[in-house]
Amino acid sequence: MPPEPHTTEAASPDNARPDAVASSVASAPAASAPVSSASPAAPSAPVTAGAVTAGTVTAGTVTAGAAPSPPRMRLALDRGLARIFFGGDWVLKGDAPSPAAAVMDALKAGGASAIELVPEGLGRWDTSLLAAVMRLTAFARGKNIPCSADAFPPGFRRLLALALAVPPNEGARRSSGRAGFLESLGALVLAVPATCRSMLEFIGETAVGFARFFLGRSVCRRRDISLQFQECGAEALPIVSLISLLVGFILAFVGVVQLRMFGAQIYVSSLVAVGMTRIMGAIMTGIIMAGRTGASFAAVLGTMQVNEEIDALATQGLPPVEFLVLPRVIALSLMTPLLVLYADFMGIIGGFIVGVGMLGLDPAEYFTFTRMGFGLSNLWVGLAHGFVFGCVVAVTGCYQGLRCGRSAAAVGTATTAAVVFSIVGIVIATAILTFLFNIVGI
Amino acid sequence: MDTPHTPLSGTYTGAPATGAPGATGTPAPGSAPAPGGDPDGVPAITVQNLTIAYGSYAVQKNLTFTVNRRDVFIIMGGSGCGKSSLLRVMVGLTPPAAGTVCYGREDFWGGTKKRREAILRNVGLLFQSGALWSSMTLAENISLPLELYTSLSPADIREQAMLKLALVGLAGFEDYYPSEISGGMRKRAGLARALALDPNILFFDEPSAGLDPLSAALLDELILELKESLGMTLIVVTHDLDSIFTIGSNSVFLDAATHTMIAGGDPRFLRDHAENPDVRRFLGRGKTGRRA
Repeated sequence: MPPEPHTTEAASPDNARPDAVASSVASAPAASAPVSSASPAAPSAPVTAGAVTAGTVTAGTVTAGAAPSPPRMRLALDRGLARIFFGGDWVLKGDAPSPAAAVMDALKAGGASAIELVPEGLGRWDTSLLAAVMRLTAFARGKNIPCSADAFPPGFRRLLALALAVPPNEGARRSSGRAGFLESLGALVLAVPATCRSMLEFIGETAVGFARFFLGRSVCRRRDISLQFQECGAEALPIVSLISLLVGFILAFVGVVQLRMFGAQIYVSSLVAVGMTRIMGAIMTGIIMAGRTGASFAAVLGTMQVNEEIDALATQGLPPVEFLVLPRVIALSLMTPLLVLYADFMGIIGGFIVGVGMLGLDPAEYFTFTRMGFGLSNLWVGLAHGFVFGCVVAVTGCYQGLRCGRSAAAVGTATTAAVVFSIVGIVIATAILTFLFNIVGI
Repeated sequence: MDTPHTPLSGTYTGAPATGAPGATGTPAPGSAPAPGGDPDGVPAITVQNLTIAYGSYAVQKNLTFTVNRRDVFIIMGGSGCGKSSLLRVMVGLTPPAAGTVCYGREDFWGGTKKRREAILRNVGLLFQSGALWSSMTLAENISLPLELYTSLSPADIREQAMLKLALVGLAGFEDYYPSEISGGMRKRAGLARALALDPNILFFDEPSAGLDPLSAALLDELILELKESLGMTLIVVTHDLDSIFTIGSNSVFLDAATHTMIAGGDPRFLRDHAENPDVRRFLGRGKTGRRA
């Protein structure tokens, strides 16, 4: 093993050295020889000429004899020249606190015109030593004073050179502070016009896509459409069944409590029939679609955006809106009314189960009263709601997916936004539709 | 033990080439390895009779090789031969179908999950595209392991993160998100994260993939420099010949057809003297009789 010329550990093996230096500097200022010999491999001899100690700071003077000795750092200020000695084991995963802070404070108070870094009984080291040295180097740079670390082993100096090789990209640095409440509120408000514009643009593109589709000139594939039909239609049946059956239960239970006061329990069947067909079936289905299908649209398209698949489509001359959005909007807007119909049916069955099985109503009577309450106009209103909800959910999900950023976190944001905006959209659409149907008088 | 630099064997057991560059054998002074000790003569990793399988399909069988300390060990072979699968087994992501992987003297897969996690704390991995956590800034990416496994103060952690970024030439980019920087920078940031805990052993999955030749060469230089200065052992999965010859000191060649290793040793030696003509052809860029 060829011994490296700069391995100072070999030159100063004793642990008592730090104290020796400290005392020699403090007690015998005129004795220049011991100090210079005590600082191994220190090239600058003039330091010690007539050493008058301005101050000696010792940080972390724990002298544990155990294998991993804590990192030590000691500052000796001598007429402007600050010599900083490093000793002990500098291990990142060690428990001992870094002594760098205390030394830094002393150095700032001292007012040095040059800094020299000297290893002194240095044991194991890793990048925690490098961090301490870097901090001093940065300090020296800030003060525009020289800082040498020539006495360190070559491996360490290479690392230091590597860390200093590329100057910090100051232009790139940015404030990491969090925006205040007003600032983020302002940013949110300022973003509204742009968001509205891009949303409108997207809706416009989708409309143009539809026009091309009906003219038979769109690039959307029939196979994609049927796949979407299956995914957002047939595969949603179990969850739609469960939810609407339970909603039927709830409607019947809640209704009967009130109707019983008038002895009109039987009208619970009409209540369930009207409630489910006119609005509840559609709203429940819409919300299920928002959580189930809208979220999936946003996640799929968002991940495609992350993987640059959307860009790949565009470069192949396939407009993403036609190729990806059209099949989804078509499928969801057509399947949601069908699911609404199914949900109406299941809800009425739920009401029937509660009414006949638990409240003891006569099945034939229940059926008759259901038919009485059930109007075709109610059914059409429900289906119209379903169609609108399908469009809202599909467009929102696709829009959020397509404008997704390029990271995993962005996909999450897009999916969340898709569900939230879909549900908000459903409620707003319901309000508008209710208002319109009221005017028309249905 | 007070002597800071323990001389370690720079010989390659099981490798035919002994005239390999001795530079990698000399330890960097002062940089004694991190906790866990550095028992002389015990190789960093020993793989014995390892079989990697997906279901009943064996990707690689009977892999036996040794990674010495401070080696740059190359895992090479054609596309789809199971290089990355081997890497995944060695870093604990997929269990092997048979055989052992030993870190030092400890059987990696034979121990508990806790032991594996403890071993992996001394192991870093640079993924092919960096695999930085996209919801965190670069500094946060590097800080996370430091927060979990060291007792450093938040200020010190920040300092460490900035230092690690400076080492890979990304000083000043602490508060950037991975999506805001280029692919090459992401790779270097990934290296900074792999270095976060000053690992003894560092794995690289295709370090030069997706980089231009100049950036790839610079990354190779950086890898070597860090390895020399910090005294790490490197295991590099790659099929980039420039990298293989520049940094590799020992290697294993996996074959897709026979599902096992067909050569091992210093890649430069293998290029000229490998018994298997396929290996010579691979390393000689197909110059000795190209197939396709």
